[in-house]
Amino acid sequence: MASLLSQAFQNAKNENRPALLTYTVAGDNTKKKSLEILKSISNYADICELGFPHNTPIADGGQIQTSAYRAIKNGIKINDVFSITNDFKKLKKTKPIILMGYYNMIFQYNENKFLDKCKKVKVDGLIVVDLPYPENKKFAAKCKKRGVNFIQLVSPTTSSVRLKKIIKDSHDMVYYISMLSTTGGKLKVSPKKILEKYSKIKNHNKSKNVVIGFGITEKTIKSLKKADGLVVGSAICKEISNSIKKRQNPVTNVTNIVKRLKNKIK
Amino acid sequence: MKLKKGIPLIDQHDQHGFWGGKFGGSFIPETLKKPVEDLTNEFKKLRKDKKFLKKRDFYFKNYIGNPTSFVKLNNLTNHLGGAQIWAKVVSEANGGAHKIYNATVHALICKAMGKKYIVGDTGAGYAGKMLSMAAKKFGLKCKIFMGAKDIKRQKPNCDAMRKNGAEIVPVYSGSQTLVDAVSECMRYWVSNCDNTHMCVGSTVGPNIFVKICGWSTAQISRELKVQLKLEFKKIPNKIKLINCVGGGSSAYGFWSEFVDYNRKQIELIGVEAGGPKKSKLHAAPLSRNAKIGILHGAASYLCQNSEGQINDTESISAGLDYPGVSPIHCFLKDTRRARYTYATDEDALNAHVMVTKYENLNPSLEPSHAFAEAIKIAPKLSKDTIIIVNSCGDAKKDRDILRERLGKR
Repeated sequence: MASLLSQAFQNAKNENRPALLTYTVAGDNTKKKSLEILKSISNYADICELGFPHNTPIADGGQIQTSAYRAIKNGIKINDVFSITNDFKKLKKTKPIILMGYYNMIFQYNENKFLDKCKKVKVDGLIVVDLPYPENKKFAAKCKKRGVNFIQLVSPTTSSVRLKKIIKDSHDMVYYISMLSTTGGKLKVSPKKILEKYSKIKNHNKSKNVVIGFGITEKTIKSLKKADGLVVGSAICKEISNSIKKRQNPVTNVTNIVKRLKNKIK
Repeated sequence: MKLKKGIPLIDQHDQHGFWGGKFGGSFIPETLKKPVEDLTNEFKKLRKDKKFLKKRDFYFKNYIGNPTSFVKLNNLTNHLGGAQIWAKVVSEANGGAHKIYNATVHALICKAMGKKYIVGDTGAGYAGKMLSMAAKKFGLKCKIFMGAKDIKRQKPNCDAMRKNGAEIVPVYSGSQTLVDAVSECMRYWVSNCDNTHMCVGSTVGPNIFVKICGWSTAQISRELKVQLKLEFKKIPNKIKLINCVGGGSSAYGFWSEFVDYNRKQIELIGVEAGGPKKSKLHAAPLSRNAKIGILHGAASYLCQNSEGQINDTESISAGLDYPGVSPIHCFLKDTRRARYTYATDEDALNAHVMVTKYENLNPSLEPSHAFAEAIKIAPKLSKDTIIIVNSCGDAKKDRDILRERLGKR
């Protein structure tokens, strides 16, 4: 049977649009609120990425850093991330959820224990920012054994030799980083260039679902519609920060953004 | 886990970059894979390139000012009445600290790779100051990332960086110290790795940066070996090499030529920052038995909580105020070739006071941690024991802290 992730991409394809992937940080700004946000935006998002926050995130820009620090300050623990996922999955059985974070937290929890827990709470995929190929081979195999998709990252600096190997070793989904940047940077490469590289990746193996992330906002999302999927993270985290600042309900505001993003790619 | 003889420690890692199978590695985002690979290949080539080595030696001699002196601290020795205390006065190097070796080599590599921009992190400000000097010398544009707290407490070095034309980028996230500066510098490199070279200021970070830095500071022990033979006709039978350890670049440089010796003949002692006496925070992952974790692309003993979040650290010495440590020192610890201990802020201050009282030497707060250990153990040791402290930094940068903690001097 196809994974929930593959099904989500297929559903979007059937509607002739890319899948919309959202990224929020677990526990931002509280454990309860982040679950509410997740539940609400999943009415519009096809796949939800949930970050387990780390206090030294070397690949994240200001917006996601702020969300992560806020969540940690409010006491989020890795087990809370699992319980949020568990609660979410009880309600939304078919909505895929991807956990995303830095390797040290998995290492401290213990790789096997972490993955067993992922399987138990029905995590669909995993992105580990600082565990690149080929160092991630063993870990990716462990994921596969438990039915968790390990998602390989590809960037503009990835050589074609390397790309070929990464695609070969990837599972259902590949994440293309649109530009040389941390998360939340301004899109400094033209959509045309990004899509050229995207096609190159796609041509290696058409059956892989390739998503594009980094620098995607309400302004830029439409121009990259051709992709299998598009990830929006910093723009959402920024909205949570703004809502808190203005003392408004982040759930409503973030849902509205996701709704608008979805409309732009319909 | 075993050390090999006859091979520099920086090359004793496996194909994945791990020392002893578990320390080091390259835990980096995909975007940095290519630039790190390019740098690795370039360094592999350059370190065998006779022209490059000639260039390095030329600048080490004529720009950095080799060799730095090796002196006996007679008054301190007499006062303590035990082992002989000697110092390798690395702070005589151009700029006032050992950081100039790594900075110069990185600037030369940056030039060789045809890049015009160089970025680096700094804690005490020495790594930043030296990188700004080297950048100026070699015509590179330079940006230095520095924690906002460190900018405040190490002003003299900041002034020097600006004078050299470098831009200081203040980092306000986290504890606003070295750990955050390194993170922000890496983020900048992720975004600009196509035209910018990154210098990591110590023997930390992804594997290749540990190697380049160690290769650069190794100059210290090459000189010391010659100086020991000149002074004593041969390498003496009882030596203790004491060095402070933050990231561990000066300690590696001070020890690298002596790792193959029996530890009964040459003991290697690393002194970490224990922090304020009554504080629970410290920056001593080796001597206070921290667990292994991953920070800034490498696995090492690491001050962290059970979840893997990096702990805040606290030390009077900005240069040692770092939660991780070089994977090479973890390797030296686990193979028991080196012994690691710590000195508190107060110990370091007292040592600074004592050394400056008896000797014409002005060690910064970082090597003052090493002197604290020397002062502690010297009285218990025989007169034929040779303690050598690497006085790797000058206290000019600590002017404000010393004034505040010790009163007007």
